[in-house]
This record gives sequence, C-alpha cells and structure tokens, in this order.
Amino acid sequence: MSTSVKRLIGRSLSLDRGGRRVLQDLSFEAVAGSALVVTGSNGAGKSTLLRLIAGLLRAVSGEITVDGGDPELSIPQQCHYFGHMDALKPQLSVEENLGFWRAFAGTPDDTVIEALDRVGLARLATLPAAYLSAGQRRRLAFARLLVTKRPIWLLDEPTSALDAASEARLLEIVGEHLAAGGLVVAATHLALPFERMDSLRLGPSVVEAA
Amino acid sequence: MRLIDYANPTRFLGLSAALLPWLAAVTAITFAVGLYMVFFVAPADYQQGETVKIMYIHVPFAWLSMFCYMTMAASAFGTLVWRHPLADVSAKCAAPIGAAFTFLALATGSLWGKPMWGTWWVWDARLTSVLVLFIMYLGLIALQETIEDPARAAKASAILTLVGVVNIPIIKFSVDWWNTLHQPSSVFRMGGSTIATSMLVPLLVMAVAFTLLFLVFHLMAMRNEILRRRIRAMRMIEAAGAE
Amino acid sequence: MSALSSLFVREMKLATRVGGGALMGALFFLIVVTVVPFGVGPDLNLLARIGPAILWIGALLATLLSLDRLFQADRDDGGLDLILMGETPLELVVLVKCLAHWTATGLPLVIASPVLAIFMNMEPVAIGATTLTLAVGTPALTFVGAIGAALTVSLRRGGLLLAILVLPLTVPVMIFGVSAATAAVQEPVPFATPFSILAALGLFSMVLGPIAGAAALRFAGD
Repeated sequence: MSTSVKRLIGRSLSLDRGGRRVLQDLSFEAVAGSALVVTGSNGAGKSTLLRLIAGLLRAVSGEITVDGGDPELSIPQQCHYFGHMDALKPQLSVEENLGFWRAFAGTPDDTVIEALDRVGLARLATLPAAYLSAGQRRRLAFARLLVTKRPIWLLDEPTSALDAASEARLLEIVGEHLAAGGLVVAATHLALPFERMDSLRLGPSVVEAA
Repeated sequence: MRLIDYANPTRFLGLSAALLPWLAAVTAITFAVGLYMVFFVAPADYQQGETVKIMYIHVPFAWLSMFCYMTMAASAFGTLVWRHPLADVSAKCAAPIGAAFTFLALATGSLWGKPMWGTWWVWDARLTSVLVLFIMYLGLIALQETIEDPARAAKASAILTLVGVVNIPIIKFSVDWWNTLHQPSSVFRMGGSTIATSMLVPLLVMAVAFTLLFLVFHLMAMRNEILRRRIRAMRMIEAAGAE
Repeated sequence: MSALSSLFVREMKLATRVGGGALMGALFFLIVVTVVPFGVGPDLNLLARIGPAILWIGALLATLLSLDRLFQADRDDGGLDLILMGETPLELVVLVKCLAHWTATGLPLVIASPVLAIFMNMEPVAIGATTLTLAVGTPALTFVGAIGAALTVSLRRGGLLLAILVLPLTVPVMIFGVSAATAAVQEPVPFATPFSILAALGLFSMVLGPIAGAAALRFAGD
C-alpha cells in the first residue's frame, strides 16, 4: 500500500473543554504496526485525545500530522473511530446497518457477510439490530471497521461489554490490522496483549484554562 | 370447556381456523341477499332518486365505526382488568378495521352529501363527530405503531381507548352544541323512525352483512397478529442463542 | 450504491418502519385543519376564504414539529461523529437528509392537502393552486427547518426551540405561498408573480439550509 500511514504524530497539543484544560502540551507518536495504548484514570483525557485525532474536537494549540497516507484525504478521513456509542439503528437489520456504513464511509474492504463472519454475527444478518444484546451490538459496531479500509484505528475502550471469547476475537482482528501495517491508538485501562506496543500515560490534569 | 380456555392463543388459532370458512360463507350469502334487496327490491326515494342507495352502505359503515370502537373498548377493558392474553391482540386488530370503516362512512357520506347539499362536506354535527372519531382511531393506530414492545403498546392504547369511551359522549354533546350554535337545524337529516319498511329491511340485512364482514376481518387480523408476535419472539430467541 | 443514495435509502427505511413516524406529520396536519372550524365556526364561505391560509399554517406546523429528530437521532447513537469524519461533504449529507425527510413527511402533506381542502369547502381552482404552492413551498420549509434542527441537535428539549428559531425565517415562504394560492381565485392579482417568488425562495433555501445546517453541525461536536 503506497498510501499507508507510517506514523501519526501529535505535537504539544492543548485542549480545553468547558473552561477546563483537559490536555496540556501533549506530544505523542504512533507508528504503523505497533499499537499506541493510552492509559490514565477517568477524566485524564483519553477519550478527548481520540476525539481530537478524529477531528471531532479542536485543539487550542499544537498540531497532528501524518507521515505517509493519502494526500487527498484529511487525517479524520483516514481514521476509523470506535467510540462508546455504537451508531446502530435498532429499526434496521444487522446487515442493513453494516451495509449502510460500507456504502457511506469510503473505500470498501470486506463484504458485509465477511465482516459479520469475522465478528461472529453472520447468523444474525437479517435480524433487526433492536434484538441484539449489548455485546452483540458492540461487535456489530466493530464490524464497521472491517467493511471500509482506513489505516488508522482509534479504539476507545474497545473491549467494554464483551465476554472473554468476543474480546479475544476482537483483539485478534486488531492484531491482524497491525500485522498488515495498520496503525492503532487505543484508550483502555486493560492490558492489551499486542506484540509491539507503545504506551502513553495521561495524568490527571488540574491546570486551569488560561 | 370454559370460556376462559378460548383465551389460549393456540386454541384460538385452531378454533378460528375451523370457524373462518363458515363465517366467510355466511357473510357472502348475507351480502348476496342484501345487495339483491338493495338493487331490486328497495324503492328509489321520490326526492333523492337512486342516490338514496348510498344509504345502504353508508349507514352500516357509520354503525360499524361505533361498533369497532366498542369492541376495542371491551378489549381494552380486558387488557387492563383481566390481562387477557387475546384482549390486546383484539384491540390492536380492531383499530385499522375501525379506521377503514369510519373513513368509508365519511367518504360515502361525502358522496351522498354532494347531491343533497351541493358540497362535498358540511360541518354538520353528525359528520363532525364521525370525523373526530376517525382522528381518534388514527391516533390510536399511531400510538400502537410507535411503541415497539407489544405489551407496553397494548397498555398505553388500552388507556387511551377507555379515555376515548368516556369522552365520546362529551365530544358528541359539545359538537352538537357547537353546531346548533352556528347553524340552526336547516341541514338535511335522515329521519330515524320515519323510514319505510321496504327500505328498513334491506338496510338491516346490509348492516348484518357488514358486521359479519367485520368479524371475518377481525378474526383474520387477530390470527396474523398472533403469528407475527410468535415470529418476533422466535427471532429474539434466535438472537439470544446465536453464540 | 453511492454514499448519498445509500443515505437516502436508509433515511427512507427509518422513516417508514415502526416508530419512524412518516405519516405522523400528515395526521397532525389533519388535526390542525380539523380544529380550525371549531374555533371560527362552520361557516362554509368563511372557511373557503381562509382555507389556503389554514392549510399553509397546518403544513408549516406539521413540517417544523416533525424535524426535531432530523439530526438528533444520529447524534444520540454516535452516527453523527462518523458522518462528520466521512469523505462525503456534510452539506450534501444535510441536503440528502432533508430530501429524504421531505419525501417521507412533506410529500404526504402535499398529497393530503386536496382532501383537507374539501373540509374547508374550497373551490377546485383554489384546491389545485394550494396543493401546487404546498408542493413547491414545503421543501423550502424543510430546508429552513433543518437549520433549526442542526442548531438544536444537542439540546434535550430542542423541538419547541426549533420552532421558535425557525418560524420567523419561514415568514417569506408563508407570505408568498398563501398569496399565490389566494391569487389563483381572486381575479386581478396574477398567480405567476408570487408563485415564481415562492419557487425562488425554495431554491434559495435549498442552498442556504444545507450550508448553514452543516456549519451548525460541525460546531455541535465541540
């Protein structure tokens, strides 16, 4: 892949939310093939950092750049964001939900059935998403990362609401993405079993916004 | 077998399957007799001519618009008081049929009114009350369609149905009052007791035929609804057991 | 299937399935129009005269009250974040969502208006003219309303605020819609002049609505 992202670099990022400085002069570097695991206590700004990379929040100062990647696309357009919310419509069937994001979100990758098979939901393809359990919803949401091709995966507590078997399956998929030269930034308080890992620890920020 | 045993949905499916063909046949025969009487026996009105024959479908529709609502009210009572397993199925299935009959009562009334009043619609007390009833039907259907869980939808619409029953006399009274306030009774009204026997008999036969038709539709809709709920339950079990 | 056509199909499915409420707008329209004679009395001449205005007010309220979930549903389930991150321009997303919303909610209003016009004792020419003006004018109401829906996307009780924000903006559409409809029956005034302005307003709002709506949605995340 000539357009693969080699590195994702953040330089001296600061960010305010509701008058409070959440991130102060933060720098990080994520390298393709290795997961950057962001840890820290509640409120330390893990989710904020991921939303910042995803372009959903704006920094007060600092910049985020990529090394490599598609010059036609912005950084958020090369990111998959797997947040706390599942972006599922209960009225639509499992395959309709996934099919929409496949058609909408850019370069197609796996087909809907392949992706459902990988997360273990292929049998439920025609059921309304309303009937799924919390763990099934989470896996269906994760399948969204498989149906379109984006090099940077931003995972916010990816294993929440999952049982041990599903967690293992999900981490295996993330491992495959890394092995293929993908880039992962994961916010979690759990130890993730990846071969190559960098960690970024966010401390509680108590600095008043200027 | 006690009456409560018919409340079992499985038994209801069996019984209604056996009953439906006979009921449908009786309905068809009653319609054949009724329509024959309407077209070949009943006289044309000396004032209204053949137009009066709209009456033979309009009056049964108007009667059924009330009858359906009363069926729903009785079912709503069953849902809330006895938690009868078939009551909310019955209430839910009667609503669209009732709305359809009410719409047809309005539409035929409008068609009948055009030659009588020279306009498709007047805000006559009787028509206006039926229009309000129609809106109540649509509201009930909307409520049932909006709540996805059948049990919750049944309770909510049962309460609204019963509130409607209490309110219908008040609505009727206030519409009458509103109407007489604005236009003294110059509008055409069908005299209830002055109707000739030669017209009354076909009218009654048609009313019976349409009531039978309602029963056929209602039973068919209830069967569909029971099967639909079973499919829903099976799919939820499938989702839970997919691991 | 392209991104935008799949969005349109999804929006239509959501509107027409259980809880989508596509016909709720038409039902609300029916009720508003029905309530008017109880207020002003059943005088058929009076009703015929105010009929176009009543239909327009009913359509306006039905459109605005149905718009509050236009973006909120996507925000609540996190889908809006993904739409913001996508390669599809947000303006086109807003445009397509408005078109789908109009097809599911506005078009039934237009179809219902001739029937409701009968309740108002309107003449055939007035019925035709009012239906035509509603067909041209309701998309404008949807596009302008989408701005309010985007501004109130993160608010819990956004529905009423949306109507408050947007109603002043819909005044021109209302004025030219009703004038065109009444001009069709009252002789000296030409129908084409107000109708052309109404059509122009529709096209203008089709540009303004998506641009302003998209801008509001971008800031809603911050």
